[in-house]
Amino acid sequence: MNWDVIVSYLPLYKDGLLITLYTGWLGILISIVLGLVTALIVHFKVPVLKTIAKIYIEILRNTPLLIQLFFIYYGIPKLFGIVTDEIACGVIGLGLLGGAYMAETFRSGIEAVDTIQMESAVSLGMTRRQAMFHIILPQAVTYSVPAFVANLIFLLKETSVFSCISIMELMFTAKDRIAVSSTTVESLFLVVVFYLIVLLPVSIIGSVVERRLRYASFGN
Amino acid sequence: MADTVLTINNIKKSYGDNLILNGLSLDVHKGEVIVIIGPSGCGKSTLLRCINALEPIQGGEIRLDGELIDGKSRNLAQTRQKIGMVFQNYELFPHKTVLQNIILAPMKVQKRSKDEVTEEAEQLLERVGLLDKRDSYPRQLSGGQMQRVAIVRALCMHPEIMLFDEVTAALDPEMVREVLDTMLELAKNGRTMLIVTHEMNFARAIADRVIFLDGGEIVEEGDPEDFFTHPKTERAQKFLHTFEYESVKHK
Repeated sequence: MNWDVIVSYLPLYKDGLLITLYTGWLGILISIVLGLVTALIVHFKVPVLKTIAKIYIEILRNTPLLIQLFFIYYGIPKLFGIVTDEIACGVIGLGLLGGAYMAETFRSGIEAVDTIQMESAVSLGMTRRQAMFHIILPQAVTYSVPAFVANLIFLLKETSVFSCISIMELMFTAKDRIAVSSTTVESLFLVVVFYLIVLLPVSIIGSVVERRLRYASFGN
Repeated sequence: MADTVLTINNIKKSYGDNLILNGLSLDVHKGEVIVIIGPSGCGKSTLLRCINALEPIQGGEIRLDGELIDGKSRNLAQTRQKIGMVFQNYELFPHKTVLQNIILAPMKVQKRSKDEVTEEAEQLLERVGLLDKRDSYPRQLSGGQMQRVAIVRALCMHPEIMLFDEVTAALDPEMVREVLDTMLELAKNGRTMLIVTHEMNFARAIADRVIFLDGGEIVEEGDPEDFFTHPKTERAQKFLHTFEYESVKHK
């Protein structure tokens, strides 16, 4: 392994890292909002929307992200004649996929809260909306944390697929280096190191939050 | 009677083919303490849940202060404020402290000021001997303490009637007393209360009127002394007998 090569590649990987972080977290942000809305629709059995939500969840969870991205990146311009930006496609694709996973995570969190907690809240004169906001969701979020952190890690790793629609993130940088200068070992070593830089903090912070929630606030 | 708070008129409740309440009627007067007893599955808990519209009824009507309690009504949240409910398993909110548990609904639902509600909450906590627990979380309390907090939480909404659904059934025996004492004090202060319980001695001590429910109907009702010493119906006699033990020691 040639350390001079590694050092000379660092700026390129740093650029790739920034794009991975930028697209990854933007996609995750979308997935959280989308997941929460979808989970509430499914939980409250909103007519029509509930069926759409279920179909959405099943399709997105049971097809590979690569196929979804190709569909958005190549398919949508063909169908609708819109020119699409690859970053936007990647972020939307990840957000849609993540939304399906987050929806299931939040839904199971809401269901983990006993229904009698809702009854207890409405017995105090709260509306169902108030009870949901003040009583059910805060507890549901806590129950969701382990699965939520697993989703974050999964989605951040999935950004590597973005290389296939030529977003210049970490995986793209590595493939590019291998192709133009055949420094396979150094390129792959760096990509591993940089993914760990992205993911280890998420994993560590996630388990700290999980432990604190378990010990600090409840579990009676 | 003019001072009737709650009127239950011929209500019917069933789950599928299973009839739980069969045309039950009951008037509750202001300041009256009614204890409902009966074998398990007789519909006592269901009756309380119907009063609070936690369960829909299939017939008859329930009125609080003349106002219809209707599970589909827009005013349901308004009506429920006047009904305090205490559950068997406390149902405090685990992510909130004792004080937050108590002041949340008065602030959010009745839009009262935080200072005012906090002051009242602290007074009530003091009365049940739990002021030092105001910043504890529910999981740090014993069952008896949680149940007293649950009672305070319901009281802080200034309900017109309090419903107690087997509130000591989940407690260790030595904690039953502290909860029952709290309820006795409420009764002394003229609270209107509807109590479902299996504590027969307590029922006898607190009740103005005892109602014996079996098969979704009121089988017998009356003065607690009469009821516990001379139950009129055979079903009530049989039920009360299950609480007595015959000596197995042979001389």
